[in-house]
Parts: sequence; C-alpha cells; structure tokens
Amino acid sequence: MGMTITEKILARAGGVSKVSPGDVAVVDVETSCLLDLSFLPEGWRKVLKVADPSKVVIIFDHLVPAPTVQAAECMKTGRAFAKEFGIERLHDVGANQGISHAVIADKAYALPGTVLVNADSHTCSAGAFNCAARGVGGPDMLYAVTTGKAWFRVGETIRYDLTGALRPGVSAKDIFLTIAGKWGAHVNQNIEYGGSGIHGMSLNARRTLTTMGTELSAEFVIFEPDDTLIEYVQARNPKPFFPTMPDQDAVYKERRAVDLGTIEPLVALPDTVVNNSVGISEVAGRKIDQAFIGACCNGTLDDLAVAARVVQGRKVAAGTRFIVTPSTEAIHRAAIQAGYVQTLMDAGAIVTTATCGACVGGHMGVLGPDEVCITASTRNFKGRMGDPSARIYMASPATVAASALAGQIAGAGEFFQGDVS
Amino acid sequence: MRNGRVWKFGDNINTDLMLPGPYLYRSSEQQARAVFMNNRPGWVDQVQTGDAIVGGFNYGMGSSRPAARSIRNCGVGFLLAETINGLFFRNAVNYGLLACECPGVSGAFEEGDTAELDIEAWTARNPRTRQTLKVSQVPQQLLEMMLGGGVYPVLERDGLIAPRVGEP
Repeated sequence: MGMTITEKILARAGGVSKVSPGDVAVVDVETSCLLDLSFLPEGWRKVLKVADPSKVVIIFDHLVPAPTVQAAECMKTGRAFAKEFGIERLHDVGANQGISHAVIADKAYALPGTVLVNADSHTCSAGAFNCAARGVGGPDMLYAVTTGKAWFRVGETIRYDLTGALRPGVSAKDIFLTIAGKWGAHVNQNIEYGGSGIHGMSLNARRTLTTMGTELSAEFVIFEPDDTLIEYVQARNPKPFFPTMPDQDAVYKERRAVDLGTIEPLVALPDTVVNNSVGISEVAGRKIDQAFIGACCNGTLDDLAVAARVVQGRKVAAGTRFIVTPSTEAIHRAAIQAGYVQTLMDAGAIVTTATCGACVGGHMGVLGPDEVCITASTRNFKGRMGDPSARIYMASPATVAASALAGQIAGAGEFFQGDVS
Repeated sequence: MRNGRVWKFGDNINTDLMLPGPYLYRSSEQQARAVFMNNRPGWVDQVQTGDAIVGGFNYGMGSSRPAARSIRNCGVGFLLAETINGLFFRNAVNYGLLACECPGVSGAFEEGDTAELDIEAWTARNPRTRQTLKVSQVPQQLLEMMLGGGVYPVLERDGLIAPRVGEP
C-alpha cells in the first residue's frame, strides 16, 4: 500500500523505504528554528555541539522589541549562541524581524519534501510549502540542534479534497472555521490538503489554513505541491528540495470533500475553535472593545490588503481599538508601499511592528478584564490574549475589519458586493 | 505498579490553563504555582506528590510551552487521558512526565479514587470498582526518556549540552 505525503517525507528523511501509522520515525531535520523564547534560562542549556549550523535558523518573534529585561536577556543569549556556532540565519530586531512562520515563508526556508521543526506550536504553517513541519517543545529543539534529528509518532492522515473557488469576501480563515466547526479536532492525525481547488489559493491563503491546523491539534498539516509553490521556492532558496505528492494508493483514515464555493464567513465563539463556529448573523451586534488582525496566520500582505479595502474612507467606531500587526517587517514595508498602512491609519487603526504580540497576550494589545475582542489570529483560549475573563471571538480579517468599523461584530459582505470570484 | 490519588479534568484541557501566558517568563517554581489558576484556583495547594491526573480527550491541546514540566513540578506522578495532544506528549517525554492514553479512563474514575497504573501489563485499575482498562503502550524508546527524567539527561550524557545544577 502507498503512503501519504507526510509518510513519504518522513520515510525519506528517515532513510527508510516506508513508514506507517503507529511507527516512531526518527528523521534527519533539514531546518531547525529557534525563537527568543527558546533562550529562556529555565529551558535553555549551554550547547556544546551543533550538528550543522547551516540548518539552524534563529528568529526572535514572541516579545520583540523587548518589553522586559528578561526578553532582552533571551535575545542576548540567542545572539551569543548564533555567534559562537556561526549561525548565519539570525532574524534579530530590525528589518528582517518577523514571526517565525511568516519569515520562514518570506524566505522560503521551508523546503518541499523535507522536515522542519520549530519551538512554536504553529509550525505546521510550513506545510503550505509541502514541508513536513511540526511544532515541538524547547527540549526537542535542543535535541534537533545538537543531533540534527527528531522523532515523530506517525499518525493516520485525513485527506481534504478541495474543489471550486471561494466567493468574494470569503477567505481561507473561513475554510478553516468551516472545517473546525464541522469536523473538530484531529488529535494524533495528519491533515493533507489537495485537489483542484488549491491552485486558486495563494500561498498566503494556504498558509492560513495550514497554520490553523495547530488549533485542530493535528500533527502534520501539508499541502500538495504545485507550480506556484515550486517557482516561489526556486526564486528564494538555492538549497535542493523535493516536491512530494501522495502515492496513488495512499491509505487515508478518511477522505473529505470541501467545495470552496459553498463556504460562508463564520465566527468562532470564545474559548475554543473546535466545533464552535457559527454564522455571522448569530453573533452580529455583540459589542467589541478590540479588533485584532495579525499573528502568523493572518498578518500577510493579502490580509492587510483586505483590511485596508474594508476600512478605506471609513472610520473605526468610537470606543473600539483596531490593532493590526503585520507578520513580518518585510510585509510591513510592502504594506506601506502599497498604501495599506496609510489607509488603515487614516481609518484610526494602529499598525504595529511585526511580532506575536497581542495574539499570545504578550504585548501591544493585551485584553483587560471582561473585554471583548474579535480577532483574526491563531487562538481564542480563555486568557489567551490577556485577562481570563476577556472573551475572544475569531473570524477572518474582512470580518474583523468590518467589526472594527461597526464597534460590534459585523459581516463584511457589503464591502465585496459586485466582485467576481 | 504506581498508585495515585485521582484528580479529574475534562476534555480539551489546554496548555494555557496549565501554564498561563503571563507566567511564561517566570521561574519554573513560579510556573508550577500557577497551574490551573484560571480554571481550578487552589488546586496547586491540594495536589500531593504521586497524585494522578485523569483527563478527557485531547489533553494538553495548545502551545509548545513547557506545561508538562509544570505538571511534573506539581508532583503529579502520572497522567492518564482518553487522548493526549501530540505536542503535550512530546513535552511529557522530554520533561519526564509519565503520560499515557487510556480509552475509557474518564468514565472509569471519580475524583479521589485511587488509580493503579501498571506499565508492564499496560493496564490501569480502579480498586474501588475493580475495573481494569487497557493503557496504550508508549513506544519503548520514548518510555525510557519519560522514566529517565526526559531528554536533558540524554543530551548531557552524550556531551551535547552542559550539565546544570538543579532541574531543567
């Protein structure tokens, strides 16, 4: 019997002909990504040997620029580590700053057909690049950096066959909310996206979908490769890569069909995204204190363009805070050049520098007691963005921007009328 | 055989409940004092060394933060759940927290029961009801790390990281 994409990549990286669900695969890691948080003194240790410095990337993202002395100390440790071992790919505070998953996409550090590990849970983001990428813990990162290897329990795979195209004003976030609402958690399972519908999706849209796979508790989340991806990677990363399709007779736990043309904008209610999506009409009118667009999943240039389009010539509601955080400084600069930042600021939004920031409740948008936020970010757990009594709704950037204008949860349909898909 | 007094938790217990965001940058001692502060305040004063957590589906969903270290540092002897989130499981292996999947476990134990875990026979027994459940076997190489204090001792032994006084 054949293998899924994830199984084929793990087998290749493990130097074996086949892996199957239930196996523990020990594999060579092509890319290991450390973060500012990796260098917290509670978890980091003095490293004596690095397996291959050219396979290590360091990206400071959770608390940048440093809002605390300890955050500053973490980065100081990270810089010294990079210097000691000659790690060239260091994304420090500055022009190359950004959220790790978005930097990895900007630079095409994620190589199709290879394995990538990163100390942040949303690492399956890089699955949009046909890369077997998984978020791991701090100790896993020490293991990967020092040995060049990682282990994975191989799970079963759910295959999603996407067909058709999204209607105007509907985004990849809504695909996610549809899948999360209908099928819920994918614990110990891999997700594979393919089908004719993927070709009409930008890499940014694909990355929104893979990134959010973390919220389904999936192991690996991966897209089939296509020409769009291959050309993008070739133009940015000279290293060899291996676009990987599933075998014709790959064994899936289940195959599920999703017609993108039927997707509606949805909102996830607070505390979890699993089986918690509702239509906008069910929550429209609920007052919000803050609207947020950002994080690794929704701070892309496409997302900023949508937000700017919705607020163009309008004003954020009095008493509502609208915070927009581009995923990387490269995106931030592109958004300035495209005029999106001006448009957002004219409407009354705050556009911050690139960081995990408000999404992780770190800084630049933390919620106070009993506040209500609608967010296009990764996670809406109780207490995620600040005080545990705050309530976090999750939706697409278009819905969040429309809600910022209304001061309450609102759909964005009116801003896309007349568009063709 | 390991015996532990049972503390019951539901489905989808997430990492942010075990290790709230504001404590990410604190010491591991302070983090261990913050476990479940938002959903079960005071629990850290009640749990005793060797106690067991019995959880529902997708125990440990969420982030890569070292929530398993906090649970271990609270003195929890072992954790059984219907299913365990893959990332939390990795951290359990790496920080030396014995954590196993045990289908049916949440219906088989009440709070305060004793759970008897046998990781040779791979069973969990409730002596009150005399019910015995099958526990999903943890692969041998991972079990060795779980029981051996996690991955840090392995990396120290192999000369890859420097030893440090105190716990990781």
